[in-house]
Amino acid sequence: MNYFPDEVIEHVFDFVTSHKDRHSISLVCKSWFKIERYSRQNVFIGNCYAINPERLLRRFPCFKSLTLKGKPHFADFNLVPHGWGGFVQPWIEALARSRVGLEELRLKRMVVTDESLELLSRSFVNFKSLVLVSCEGFSTDGLASIASNCRHLQDLDLQENEIDDHRGQWLSCFPETYTSLVTLNFACLEGETNLVALERLVARSPNLRSLKLNRAVPLDALARLMACAPQIVDLGVGSYEDEQDSESCLKLQAAIRKCTSLRSLSGFLEAAPHCLSAFHPVCHNLTSLNLSYAAEIHGSHLIKLIEHCKKLQRIGDKGLEVVASTCKELQELRVFPTDLQGGGNTAVTEDGLVAISAGCPKLHSILYFCQQMTNAALITVAKNCPNFIRFRLCILEPHKPDHVTSQPLDEGFGAIVQACKNLKRLSVSGLLTDQVFLYIGMYATELEMLSIAFAGDTDKGMLYVLNGCKKMRKLEIRDSPFGDAALLADVNKYETMRSLWMSSCEVTLGGCKRLARKAPWLNVEIINENDNNRMEENGYEGRQKVDKLYLYRTVVGTRVDAPPFVWIL
Amino acid sequence: MDEFVNLKETELRLGLPGTDNVSEEIERVSCNKRALQGDTENETESSMMKTETCPPRKAQIVGWPPVRSSRKNIIQTKKNESDSEGGRGVYVKVSMDGAPYLRKIDLSCYKGYKELLKALEIMFNFSVGEYFEREGYKGSDFVPTYEDKDGDWMLIGDVPWEMFVCTCKRLRIMKGSEAKGLGCGV
Repeated sequence: MNYFPDEVIEHVFDFVTSHKDRHSISLVCKSWFKIERYSRQNVFIGNCYAINPERLLRRFPCFKSLTLKGKPHFADFNLVPHGWGGFVQPWIEALARSRVGLEELRLKRMVVTDESLELLSRSFVNFKSLVLVSCEGFSTDGLASIASNCRHLQDLDLQENEIDDHRGQWLSCFPETYTSLVTLNFACLEGETNLVALERLVARSPNLRSLKLNRAVPLDALARLMACAPQIVDLGVGSYEDEQDSESCLKLQAAIRKCTSLRSLSGFLEAAPHCLSAFHPVCHNLTSLNLSYAAEIHGSHLIKLIEHCKKLQRIGDKGLEVVASTCKELQELRVFPTDLQGGGNTAVTEDGLVAISAGCPKLHSILYFCQQMTNAALITVAKNCPNFIRFRLCILEPHKPDHVTSQPLDEGFGAIVQACKNLKRLSVSGLLTDQVFLYIGMYATELEMLSIAFAGDTDKGMLYVLNGCKKMRKLEIRDSPFGDAALLADVNKYETMRSLWMSSCEVTLGGCKRLARKAPWLNVEIINENDNNRMEENGYEGRQKVDKLYLYRTVVGTRVDAPPFVWIL
Repeated sequence: MDEFVNLKETELRLGLPGTDNVSEEIERVSCNKRALQGDTENETESSMMKTETCPPRKAQIVGWPPVRSSRKNIIQTKKNESDSEGGRGVYVKVSMDGAPYLRKIDLSCYKGYKELLKALEIMFNFSVGEYFEREGYKGSDFVPTYEDKDGDWMLIGDVPWEMFVCTCKRLRIMKGSEAKGLGCGV
């Protein structure tokens, strides 16, 4: 099979970077498997319980970058109780014991402790990049360890984590000799920042490209920071309050004008609208604008800002028609609700979505919260934008039908999946019957992740999806009438998927037990928050409904760190 | 605790498609660390009832809408700030020239200037005179003023009430010659 020496093959493999492709080439033959193993640089583990550190190290002894994901997606919405799992400590311990020269660690929805961060910072001499997304369990003391000990750190990227802010001096823990910072994102920290230390750090970081500040960094500090870092590409503004100090505003404008490389803007955690105009000179270069945390900005200011942004590719927020008419390059859009109760006069409706789809032909990813929707609108959107890769629609009121015809939205979503041949991620909402799932099963051949809430009539709905979507990886369902029949119909299907989440459905304990027996290579977890008691075995067992079910394939069996309220069958 | 009773409590009823909001009666055990204030609590019905002060409250469902807690808090904070009447307490300090100590009042308790001024008159035992759009307050040595977000001292009564509540940082009842400078019509 091999006509080339191993080194040549390895060199060729260097050009193959995606995880899927590397996996594919490892399956070709034993020789390629071996070469691929030793040359794998980046390892991606989508479920930290599907495998353990020991097996990881046995297969890939030489990797440099590790990505780990812990809790299921619905943990973002408080559906997974605290203490469920996803601890990174055993991984770091195992890696530290080994000879892996770890350079990058990316964690999502995992529990990270200060102890873990300390160990991490001391164990890997060449450690360069730490990215934590939606993690919890650590404090700024852990950040201080990273700052103190990681001599070659380039990226410290903290996205939407819950961090205990001790208001300490973690920023001043970066040694004076440390100059290699490229990315610094601490927007999610709640507390005070040592501004002096921050300014000095930025001033001695010529490679700094991305800087995202928290709300404790005021306007005048921002001006000074930007004056130190005109090379910045990605900026997250912290507190943008309109202070009386117009001198600060002028200084800021002057500094911003010099930031000719700025392409991405976000933050404005506490924004004063009139100072937004300070950014107008650089807007025409912006490809990404995320104002989703800027609750204070009113329509007119937003509109002015967007009007200056001709090149926008990514945006999150309101002002949709303006967006539609201005941002022809737009690829990603997120529209969040301004009123969680629904109602109110800032309603986002189907009109906005249709306008966007008509005005932004390059749109491929959308997350859209709205009050109401119609089939007609969705059909139009499908016609306008057949290139969707991610389509997530959340109608705020569960079970809400087409507000014009009072029909379910089956046809609308059906049109989406039929037109969008590359659809990988879909979230459905509103009034939906089994029919929509028939469409999804039939047409959504590339679909990898599906989120279902308050939808469907019978087990048939879920079966259509399980039978039809061959590439399904993550299926998450809540408050829908799918039960044991659907769950048990094709047990082997779950081996082809990463995970299945079902909460507040019709699945019973008896059904879950049968599944666990049939499929020992699955971890079938029952999460039962009430009383820490396990559900009793006698009497009503078979018919007892399961509140939360989370199952996932694994090669390492039952995990040992499950808390009392998690019962692994 | 009766095991069967527990079961009943955790058994979830699912509404048929088309029926009103499903409201789940689950007991939220406090082992969920992420339950921040402003997050969902269970309320039954009352979605059809519009009260005078509160916007309609629909039954809230755990984890719905699917928005992270951090975002929910921002939205909630913004809502509270813009709810002037019946919203969260908007407490501001009130000082009176010559008085030994300051007081604090909750602006959201009042529906308008008339009520506010009446309350101040009672609190500090003075009279505020009559308000004229051009000349300000006439007929009294006292003038009610407030400090706004920009730090300027403004005459109470010029702007719409809602705007006043949003921008007012503190109150000061000026007296005597200093007050005259603000346009007492003398």
